[in-house]
Amino acid sequence: MNIFIVIAAYNEGKSIAKVVLGLKHAGYHNIVVVDDGSRDNTFDVALDSGAIALRHVVNRGQGAALKTGIEYSLRSGADIIVTFDADGQHRVEDLKAMIAPVKSGKYDITVGSRFLKHVDMPFSRRLTLKVAVLVVWFFYGAKMTDAHNGFRVMNRKAAQTINITSDRMEHASQIVEEIHRKHLRYKEVPVTILYTDYSLQNGHGGVKQAIKVLGRMILRRIIE
Amino acid sequence: MNEGDLMNIIQILIILFVLFAWSRAFLRLRGKNISIGEFSFWSLLWIAVIIIALFPNIIVGLSIMLGVGRAVDLLIYISIIVLFYLMFRLYVKMDVQAKETTKLVREIAIKNAKKKR
Repeated sequence: MNIFIVIAAYNEGKSIAKVVLGLKHAGYHNIVVVDDGSRDNTFDVALDSGAIALRHVVNRGQGAALKTGIEYSLRSGADIIVTFDADGQHRVEDLKAMIAPVKSGKYDITVGSRFLKHVDMPFSRRLTLKVAVLVVWFFYGAKMTDAHNGFRVMNRKAAQTINITSDRMEHASQIVEEIHRKHLRYKEVPVTILYTDYSLQNGHGGVKQAIKVLGRMILRRIIE
Repeated sequence: MNEGDLMNIIQILIILFVLFAWSRAFLRLRGKNISIGEFSFWSLLWIAVIIIALFPNIIVGLSIMLGVGRAVDLLIYISIIVLFYLMFRLYVKMDVQAKETTKLVREIAIKNAKKKR
């Protein structure tokens, strides 16, 4: 089976090499790093670490970068596509358990959940993530324990059917919406998220950002 | 200066501005930057403004008919509605532009994918 790992990276020059090398050591060879118009050396570092490096000439947001990586993987004949974070939050050790349900053919997509296990997390972040779960439930009727985990594994069919139109951060909610709208078979798999100082100051999931994402989600409902 | 003179100056200013704005629209049409439909939209809008500027009594009658107390209030309500509509159109257009930019950036990225041997 052709497994492709897609990593969207924006100014991750400091962490990307470790992530790519970690995946390589675990035996994954098709690692696609999409440099989303970084101002640092993310692209070169990714290339030197042995990844397939793609570059957005201008910054288009995480959702757009993931879609680029997924599109590239599909065109390269991927059977299974993994989305993985660039800042070292996800553990390579969790990959096997994430891939297995999709590989077996029982599920189309697995989504990592940090709440199925006990985890230490700053309170403000826990709160934002839980509110996000409620919002996703309210908007899409999807009951998930962790709607905004960037760790996902999908088969070819799921990657082709899930249509990410949101360029920015709200793509995570959109993926959940698509899973439900298109009746994909999904499973949440417990994963461990490593909250390093680096990933924390990087600020995915801050309250301010969460409010912005919510605003865009509502706007999208009005326009489309 | 009495009130009548002030009104006249305002009328002249409005008409001058409208002529300026309308000429811009016309130049954009000639330069094929906007479609005939869009040009008609702007023309209608500006013609309406000129008519109201020249004969303000029209909206007095209209405001009484609609039950808005003062004619000026009606004018402001209409302006706000038109502005919101234009803003919404602009937003939708920008959204489409952003998506097209993303598509373009994506294709360039995929075409230039690199891997070290």
